[in-house]
Amino acid sequence: MGEHNIRNFSINFGPQHPAAHGVLRLVLELDGEIVERVDPHIGLLHRGTEKLIEYKTYVQANPYFDRLDYVAPMNQEHAFCLATEKLLGITVPRRAQLIRVLYSEIGRLLSHLLNVTTQAMDVGALTPPLWGFEEREKLMIFYERASGSRMHANYVRPGGVTMDLPPELIDDIEAFCDPFLKVLDDLDDLVITNRIFKQRNVDIGVVSLDDAWKWGFSGVMVRGSGAAWDLRKAQPYECYEEMEFDIPVGRNGDNYDRQVIRMLEMRESVRIMRQCIDKLRAPDGQGPVSTLDGKVAPPSRKDMKRSMEALIHHFKLYTEGFHVPAGEVYAAVEAPKGEFGVYLVADGTNKPYRCKIRAPGFAHLQAMDFMCRGHMLADVAGILGSLDIVFGEVDR
Amino acid sequence: MNAELQTLSDHIAASLDDVVTARDIAYGELTIVVRGQDILKAATFLRHDPQCRFVCFIDICGADYPGREKRFDVVYHLLSPHLNHRIRLKVETDEATPVPSLVSLFPAANWFEREAYDLYGILFSGHPDLRRILTDYGFEGFPLRKDFPLTGFVEVRYDEGQGRVVYEPVKLNQEFRNFDFLSPWEGTDYVLPGDEKAKA
Repeated sequence: MGEHNIRNFSINFGPQHPAAHGVLRLVLELDGEIVERVDPHIGLLHRGTEKLIEYKTYVQANPYFDRLDYVAPMNQEHAFCLATEKLLGITVPRRAQLIRVLYSEIGRLLSHLLNVTTQAMDVGALTPPLWGFEEREKLMIFYERASGSRMHANYVRPGGVTMDLPPELIDDIEAFCDPFLKVLDDLDDLVITNRIFKQRNVDIGVVSLDDAWKWGFSGVMVRGSGAAWDLRKAQPYECYEEMEFDIPVGRNGDNYDRQVIRMLEMRESVRIMRQCIDKLRAPDGQGPVSTLDGKVAPPSRKDMKRSMEALIHHFKLYTEGFHVPAGEVYAAVEAPKGEFGVYLVADGTNKPYRCKIRAPGFAHLQAMDFMCRGHMLADVAGILGSLDIVFGEVDR
Repeated sequence: MNAELQTLSDHIAASLDDVVTARDIAYGELTIVVRGQDILKAATFLRHDPQCRFVCFIDICGADYPGREKRFDVVYHLLSPHLNHRIRLKVETDEATPVPSLVSLFPAANWFEREAYDLYGILFSGHPDLRRILTDYGFEGFPLRKDFPLTGFVEVRYDEGQGRVVYEPVKLNQEFRNFDFLSPWEGTDYVLPGDEKAKA
């Protein structure tokens, strides 16, 4: 076959492909097996979240955030609550802050476990996801025991969290930590040191730090390229300031570095969780888990039976909701996938005027074209996996 | 924090005095309003100026204020990892006036501008590929505009007979109920249904 017989191919990848991590349609232009252009078609999971939020009160808008990155739901709620609280000018009680941090880190474990292990699946290994999902199951039970729901928790609310953690749950989370570190060791042996995993990921999808910034990357994607940038350290929110943890930073900016960072971050998360547990048990970690301002957070059931004021507050909060003073804020958290931001415009009514959700996955996914050019077709799945994409947040 | 932002704001205003039309610090965040045609100049300055170095692109989004003459805001968020500060740039525009695209400066602006176009119909000049991104193939209208109804205009279902997905006008058994919670005792600027007779 002469060279003139070789022609370019356009192929469709997805929308229903196990390596597409959801509903992604990629239109790939190939020269032989080399990728020349990638055109991701997104929006297949678009639900108009931002529009819906404009028609809901602030409390009603909260559950929509669970459904964005449904792998780590509470981290999203947290960003929205931070934005609302910034506009309202309320501070959250210390115990609520500790619980939020504890569950943010559980969310990080949930997300990283899924990503590292399914990345292994994308490059050919079937065992790691099974190991990872076993641990995720335990973590989801912690979600359920705190909020009543395994995934769509709606647990973090403006002003605090819905209810306190029972002491047994805190004991069980503590008991989870040590065996989990052992599981991480096993996963390191199984995945990170694996020969095939290295062959498929080292030097694939390299991003320089300069490119990472201008492509709007955040989280693991910039840390993999060598920047020690973590919002938990750089712009600390809640009580991250008093937590001791390190930021793992990569050197090469390739797929492999990103996955190693995710593994190391899980260890740091466990470290933070331990500190949270200690602080939750300390005397200054006791107290209310939600602001006592009855105009924002609902009263306890007990108060409602006796106090007229509490009953009125409850009725007003669950019909009308609270009014938020006019203004605009941007609040961001270090979600497992990167910087998850909420740009909130309030007009003084009980509903947000505009709520823009800045999802890290959206910025990461658009770099697919830039990252995949010149790579082999088989690397597309690997690069996509290392970006850590969840379509709930990309399509909104 | 606010003093630092004030210094930064003064520095930007001094260097870009023909471009900046308003600036403000609220909730510990710096907002700078820029004339529409100068957004690329402002963003280029912010990215390259050694005292700013807003190299990290965060977000572009639209916002709709139908009461205004120029109804749209285009809101840009940038981050300077070196200063550890964020900045918000705002530009006003309407349905017909395009805003210069930032794609040449920040490649990440590509999808964010496509999204603003898709959801609000804001036009960007110099954008390489201004297609719809989030909505359905063949979608009509700009869903995040305030005059676009929440329920939309069409609904889809799979038709057994034709063997494909068909589009039909939305049929709702009950209208979407949007309650008015603004208290009429605190001086509203609208007339409650029925009250118009009382005034006549």
